[in-house]
Amino acid sequence: MSGSSVGEIMWWVALPYLAIAIFIVGHIWRWRYDQFGWTSRSTQLQERKLLKWGAPLFHYGTFAAIGGHVIGVLIPESFTRWLGIPENVYRWFSAAAGTVAAVLVIGGIVVLAGRRLLVPRVRATTDQVDKVVLLLLLIVVLTGIAPTIGVNLFGHGYDYRTTVALWFRGLFVGQPNVQAMATAPLIYQIHATAAWVIWGFWPFSRLVHAWSYPLWYLWRPYVVYRSRTATAPSEPGTGGRKWRKIGSPY
Amino acid sequence: MRVMAQMSMVMNLDKCIGCHTCTVTCKQVWTNRPGTEYVYFNNVETKPGIGYPKRYEDQEQWHGGWTLDGKGRLQLKAGGRLKKLLSIFYNPDLPSIDDYGDPWTYNYQKLIDAPLGSPNPSAHSLSALTGKGMNMQWGGNWEDDLAGAPERAMEDPNFRGMQDKVKLDFEQVFMFYLPRICEHCLNPSCVSSCPSGAMYKREEDGIVLVDQDRCRGWRFCVSGCPYKKVYFNHRTGKAEKCTFCFPRIEAGQPTICSETCVGRLRYLGLVLYDADKVLEAASTEDEKDLYEAQLSVFLDPFDPEVQAAAERDGIPTDWMDAARRSPVYELAVRHKVALPLHPEYRTLPMVWYIPPLSPVSDVVQAAGYDDVDPDTVFHTIDDLRIPLEYLANLFTAGKVDTVRTVLRKLAVVRSIQRATQLGLEPKDNLPETVGASLDDLDDLYRLLAIAKYEDRYVVPMAHVEDAGALAAQHEQLFCSLDTEGGPGMGGTGPDVESFHPGSAPGGSHQFRDDGGRQRFNLFGWNGEGSTPNLFPDGGQRP
Repeated sequence: MSGSSVGEIMWWVALPYLAIAIFIVGHIWRWRYDQFGWTSRSTQLQERKLLKWGAPLFHYGTFAAIGGHVIGVLIPESFTRWLGIPENVYRWFSAAAGTVAAVLVIGGIVVLAGRRLLVPRVRATTDQVDKVVLLLLLIVVLTGIAPTIGVNLFGHGYDYRTTVALWFRGLFVGQPNVQAMATAPLIYQIHATAAWVIWGFWPFSRLVHAWSYPLWYLWRPYVVYRSRTATAPSEPGTGGRKWRKIGSPY
Repeated sequence: MRVMAQMSMVMNLDKCIGCHTCTVTCKQVWTNRPGTEYVYFNNVETKPGIGYPKRYEDQEQWHGGWTLDGKGRLQLKAGGRLKKLLSIFYNPDLPSIDDYGDPWTYNYQKLIDAPLGSPNPSAHSLSALTGKGMNMQWGGNWEDDLAGAPERAMEDPNFRGMQDKVKLDFEQVFMFYLPRICEHCLNPSCVSSCPSGAMYKREEDGIVLVDQDRCRGWRFCVSGCPYKKVYFNHRTGKAEKCTFCFPRIEAGQPTICSETCVGRLRYLGLVLYDADKVLEAASTEDEKDLYEAQLSVFLDPFDPEVQAAAERDGIPTDWMDAARRSPVYELAVRHKVALPLHPEYRTLPMVWYIPPLSPVSDVVQAAGYDDVDPDTVFHTIDDLRIPLEYLANLFTAGKVDTVRTVLRKLAVVRSIQRATQLGLEPKDNLPETVGASLDDLDDLYRLLAIAKYEDRYVVPMAHVEDAGALAAQHEQLFCSLDTEGGPGMGGTGPDVESFHPGSAPGGSHQFRDDGGRQRFNLFGWNGEGSTPNLFPDGGQRP
């Protein structure tokens, strides 16, 4: 961390740790106090034609993008070297696969964002925090796609695995390489910053539904029986469920 | 044998006048909230008609319920578990709000705010989804009394296989009402479709409920239910459904739709069934045998062996007693006059229907109608205005014989009563021709025509010793239903402790309203005795 200014440390060390702290504490709070609000808040009932394309494109594209980040950022370069994957093979693979994922995500987010802004029935269900998260997602996606396509596919390439990835992994072992990030191109910096802010907003938005992907449905018996016997009562205060106003008072 | 108890309902369609009182009271109690404007846990459909939501009975379109795979194994019609998880971002089988009807209200304020002038102000319709002006296109009750039938009624899925036979010309048209609630199935496909495991069937009474805290809004229950009786609250993003008024049932009271039914056509009671046989019955190969298969899972509460097994499986003795007095057991299992709605969905639905008799379509024949002679009684059954095939498509997966037998039995009950009233001598063999004794038919007459309150509703109370756990809920700072947008809607409801009709009339039904005035609680009044404070003291009008 030596040689970094206070501003750089605040930005590339304090902000990520703050985001992680909010992410963890926020989720514990939300899980304990707002089970009722924990939902995907699907708007398929209101609009289905656009959702049919937008939602699968966006979600599957995002899975691909997340997978790409795991390979590119979490797994060290030395590991792929050790596997015997040459640098240019890795680069072309990441550029090509990254471009496919980027196209899927951008296609999906354009449809979904357009739908959310332009279809009155969907727009009416949109929360303030939804708008913030959507804006952040747009920034993250655009600043993620631009270097993938512009630099890695068509340009000279930028080896983020020796800079951004070092800083990112360092955060989790308590030794973030601030200089590696502070000297990275601006577009990576914006990308990373917006991503951290999303982690901070995550527990307070509908994004929590991601953790409820119901994998165990594959194994559980079809019909669920439960005894009428009440379970432990939920904690006082959870009754203050707040929902947005939709349309006219009815 | 694994004995389970199921709270269930029979509706006598002969008596339904389509007044929608059940719908209104249900709506007021359960879905009078933002987010559920379009939701009717109870609705009354005019048949023939395409229903609410549109064409919900066509499972080739909506893929609700169960089907058999190539090897004869039961599987969800919408596909397996993996397919569900992969299509979770867009459910291809989910109806849109337009299939139910975009809910609307009116801009009443305009009537008040309009400036003085010669044209009368009108209250335009506003969408409850957007708050903007809209034109109504469809609604839960759009087809009431055959409205729009010339254009749409032939699209009723129950006309399958009889399109060329049926004419809906003015002189041949027929109709009847079909009140619908959740079927609280023995083999519920909504519960099986819920990826979160938030939906469950209660072990004690078989009521199917959605755990609002566990629902994550994946909406497969909505499409999985072939009756489309699970709804998506568009404001909370969670599924909701008919609760069988479980708070009332637990207190030994009938559901609100039953209690307020003007025609007194609903019956409530317990049925005991063998849970180990459910899967086998639902997997019956020929869908026309599904009705019989469903009957085979029910247990005779008078059988000592069943009684012993029930005791072993924890069914309380007063519940056993209620099962022996159950009108549902009488009508559906013993007399076999009540039929399940669409058994071909393989969910083993537990709301049963007594099919309606209707006027004889051939007027000439009706003139020579002699209802003490079985030959003519039975002949006319086939000439009823409502085609037997139509009823069969609704209630027996197309097996006409079953419906004919039921209608004959109902006709014979009438014939015998008519003969008794008029001092005629019915043909000796009349009861035997429908496989019943004179006593059986007399029981049926009492149950269907006299229909005393205590015979229609045999609802055993939830067990007090179990209620220790329930008390944990009462000790909360608030009622669990009493949340913004919840059914309680923040109001203080009637006192649960004094919520039993027949206990201390008037005495415990006093309460003080917000203004401090003493009032009388009509909810708990049994109709006897005085009603102090029901009306304010005279002479003090504000």
